Amino acid sequence: MYNLIGAGLIVIGAGIGLGQIGGKAMEGIARQPEATGKIQTAMIIIAALLEGLAFGALFLGK
Amino acid sequence: MKEVSKMIRTLVLLCIFCISFQGFALSEGGDEGAVDTKEEVDAYIQHHIKDAHDFHLFSYTGDNGERKHVGFPLPVILWSSNGLVTFMSSEFHHDDAGKVVVEKGGSKFVKLHSKIYELNAGATEVQFDEHHHAENAAKVLDFSITKSVFGILLIGLFMLWAFSSLAKQYAKKKVPTGFGRVLEPLVIYVRDEIAKPNIGEKKYRKFTGYLLTVFFFIWILNLLGLTPFGFNVTGQLAVTAALAIFTLVIYTFSGNKDYWMHMLWMPGVPVLIRPVLAIIELAGAFVIKPFSLLVRLFANISAGHIVVMSLIAIMFTLKKSLGVVGATGLSLVLSFFITLIEVLVAFLQAYIFTMLSALFIGMAVAEHDHDHEHDAKGHEVPDAEDVRGDFI
Repeated sequence: MYNLIGAGLIVIGAGIGLGQIGGKAMEGIARQPEATGKIQTAMIIIAALLEGLAFGALFLGK
Repeated sequence: MKEVSKMIRTLVLLCIFCISFQGFALSEGGDEGAVDTKEEVDAYIQHHIKDAHDFHLFSYTGDNGERKHVGFPLPVILWSSNGLVTFMSSEFHHDDAGKVVVEKGGSKFVKLHSKIYELNAGATEVQFDEHHHAENAAKVLDFSITKSVFGILLIGLFMLWAFSSLAKQYAKKKVPTGFGRVLEPLVIYVRDEIAKPNIGEKKYRKFTGYLLTVFFFIWILNLLGLTPFGFNVTGQLAVTAALAIFTLVIYTFSGNKDYWMHMLWMPGVPVLIRPVLAIIELAGAFVIKPFSLLVRLFANISAGHIVVMSLIAIMFTLKKSLGVVGATGLSLVLSFFITLIEVLVAFLQAYIFTMLSALFIGMAVAEHDHDHEHDAKGHEVPDAEDVRGDFI
């Protein structure tokens, strides 16, 4: 029971984080379209780090 | 535009083909008839995620009520107490509960939850204690060609063939033909977008071979995991751990003086903080970096497989409440789109593993140009750029 609640909290947290990453990257691209490639690369790396954390926690909580 | 729509059509057909096959495998999955309940679905998925000693495509109940399994066996290679023993996994007759005893080379073997045990001397069948652990049997050293090993060998040979033929074409003429045209842009992409920016113009050549190998290895194995043969190679902890250890060894042994200096005795920070930073840096380099690499790949691929199979299982678990057509339709739509996402994830995870490997190698071989300001006594004055660079 508690591990399910924990897993839910993790997913909520990861969702907020991914939203922040995506939103800020979009803002950055809108301000500087010529830096799109660099911003996308950095965005994917950070998203992957977050995803790794979320999946690790989900596996521990399962 | 026409090519693109043709490509999308092929992809859609391929996905539907895969789903129908996986669904068929699931519907007849368990050993005791069709999979219906939540527990059976769970057991089936757990079985799929694990490595196995044979390929099990599907099974059905024959006319005389006998279970028939369709698949093909793989060689079992064991180092038992009586030396090397080899036989085909078909000797176990698809048994996974320790019922079938195989006698080879003076030892008796049983298969229990995808692991092979050797019975103690004198025992004729396996006995269980109250936790359902084998009481009178011990694990043996298992060098079998399992499903994952078979997948790795298959992809290894495929890559050897594909890339050596691509290399041969360059010797003859400048432009590759056939399958090489698919590979060339990807090779150039890994070189120009992953290796060069992260490692640097001067040193990238030495590491590009490793990065290309690991990229194509992970990507092709991820795609193989989406076919109906039940491969889950990059979802095995042992495989991803081995890949992460390769990266660890490469960046540890190619680290230059600056790398070790910054790790063990960070310049530009107060002396009292340096040992603390050294502990953090050492933990980061030897534990956290490889661990994050191996957990990310393992968890992403395993979770992807679990999600796809759970969505397929909807057609059995919701059969009563939605009706056969409703449950099947829902399951088909959901699993179709999640399979499309999995195709993307297969590429993304290969890209991220390669990218982070390149990043870590680049951090180890980076030349720090020491043009910091020096104060009156000759000590270095740290600039923000230098300190920040070490924390990223």
